[in-house]
Amino acid sequence: MTLTDQMTALKTILIKEVLRFSRIWVQTILPPAITMALYFVIFGKLIGSAIDTSATDGYSYIDYIVPGLIMMSVITNSYSNVVSSFYSAKYQGHIQELLVSPTPNTIILIGFIGGGVIRGLMVGAIVTLVSLFFTDMDVQHPFLTVITLFLTSVLFATAGLINAVYAKSFDDISIVPVFVLTPLTYLGGVFYSIKLLSPFWQTMSLVNPVLYMVNGFRYGILGVSDISIYISLAIILIFIVILFSIAYFLLDKGVGIRS
Amino acid sequence: MSKALQITNLSKTYGNGFTALKGVSLSVEKGDFFALLGANGAGKSTMIGIISSLVNKTSGEVNIHGFDLDTQRSEAKAMIGLVPQEFNFNVFEPVEEILLNQAGYYGVGRSEAKVRAKQLLEQLELWDKRKNMASELSGGMKRRLMIARALIHRPQLLILDEPTAGVDIEIRRSMWDFLKKLNEAGITIILTTHYLEEAENLCRNIAIINKGDIVENTSMKALLSHLQTETFILDLKEPLDALPETDEFILRQIDASTLEVELNKDHSINRIFEVLNTHGIRVSSLRNKTNRLEELFIELVQQSNHDTTQEVSA
Ligand SMILES: Nc1ncnc2c1ncn2[C@@H]1O[C@H](COP(=O)(O)OP(=O)(O)OP(=O)(O)O)[C@@H](O)[C@H]1O
Ligand SMILES: [Mg+2]
Repeated sequence: MTLTDQMTALKTILIKEVLRFSRIWVQTILPPAITMALYFVIFGKLIGSAIDTSATDGYSYIDYIVPGLIMMSVITNSYSNVVSSFYSAKYQGHIQELLVSPTPNTIILIGFIGGGVIRGLMVGAIVTLVSLFFTDMDVQHPFLTVITLFLTSVLFATAGLINAVYAKSFDDISIVPVFVLTPLTYLGGVFYSIKLLSPFWQTMSLVNPVLYMVNGFRYGILGVSDISIYISLAIILIFIVILFSIAYFLLDKGVGIRS
Repeated sequence: MSKALQITNLSKTYGNGFTALKGVSLSVEKGDFFALLGANGAGKSTMIGIISSLVNKTSGEVNIHGFDLDTQRSEAKAMIGLVPQEFNFNVFEPVEEILLNQAGYYGVGRSEAKVRAKQLLEQLELWDKRKNMASELSGGMKRRLMIARALIHRPQLLILDEPTAGVDIEIRRSMWDFLKKLNEAGITIILTTHYLEEAENLCRNIAIINKGDIVENTSMKALLSHLQTETFILDLKEPLDALPETDEFILRQIDASTLEVELNKDHSINRIFEVLNTHGIRVSSLRNKTNRLEELFIELVQQSNHDTTQEVSA
């Protein structure tokens, strides 16, 4: 397949992915907007106003958690887009449309991951717009903000694909989000600074990759972070390389899709 | 010149240890119309799955239009159009979208794909349904959509796994015409079917696969000429008291006014009537007991099953 043909194939997968989540926007785009609006009202305004700003580097609680909540929506949506799209392609069999075609595996991977990233960033943008009703956002480092968000989205979209490859039932595609993803994001410093924790739990928190993403993003927006931004970016990149290689290997071997 | 398809010593053992193909070899010439026959579970779909990159082979070689599936997979894939046995659409996707996507996966841009999709949907009488989701199509329409999808990138080799299963007689005939025209236009066609009349009607060459082995691979003509006897059913005008005696063919009485006649290929069908006439038996209608290919098929499969049993017990 020539490079031009490969680009046509990639464009096709991306269009197909965007059409897929747009067709079911009530399940894919609307819920995160509503959930996050509730978070802003309850944690930000109601409870947040009673929280001492010394816990949040001197920022009001809502300002402190907005970056984390945006990040959380991007993570969840990138992940769940790819996991459900790829799993249903496998389940209904239309993954075969791609498997019989000369589209190389790299393009298939980039296409599905790209679909997840587009949904993640779209939801991220919507949640950001919603947050502007509750607080002003004054982005300190726009480039770092965008790059952190983008790379995080890529990482979790890729993770979603690996989950889908192994999933054998619809239950399997919700196990990881419920038992791994949500705990990691909640414990990843979305709602608090890890400085509040005891030294032991501070160290434990450093094992959690989500911590680096939330903090990198918070640094981009607020200019404060528990972690150095370079370490954050390096960790995200390392994870992307590892997960992408795993996903490529699985697709190449045909795990879960070719008998 | 390279073949449309060349399979050498192809084996497949599935993950659960079941061996579905036992080292089969097969070749199909360019431009051929080829039937792959076999009972349920014989290994047809497994073979087709390997050819179209949906199943990993255990060993052996597959070559498509001169492209080796191991070393030139992308080129080989571009040659093939596949109509799988099971529906495999995204059922929430509109009909036209399904075709445009499939075209894109082969590098065909959207504007060109639209032109081709229109042409194919019209030919296969699906144009009215282009905006419908695949889940809103009837079974026969879905089959036709799978054919359109397989042709959108203009393949050289079209492989159809039971394309007419669940298709009504009228549509089946028009599908046959459609496939014949494609073949006349130079596209090699391989199909599997359980309607032997279909194979007899369409195909020039044939392979019969049984329990993972190819037990026959020849031309349709040569195969049919193997048939030594043919069996006819005769409906009689009046009930019959006793069977006439003859050693030219075997006569059996099914009920009072139905006879079964087994005739050797060397004899003429006229002799049946001559003999019956002399006994004053009048025939109101005559038909073949079964499709001739069907008899042969059953014979070959039984023969092969018998052989393997003997091997095992020996
Ligand atoms: N994924 C699989 N895992 C294990 N065994 C399989 C698998 N797919 C097929 N088989 C077995 O391989 C054998 C051949 O199956 P295959 O689907 O190739 O038959 P077929 O000739 O296409 O039959 P049919 O006419 O019913 O479509 C069968 O015994 C089947 O049970
Ligand atoms: Mg089959």
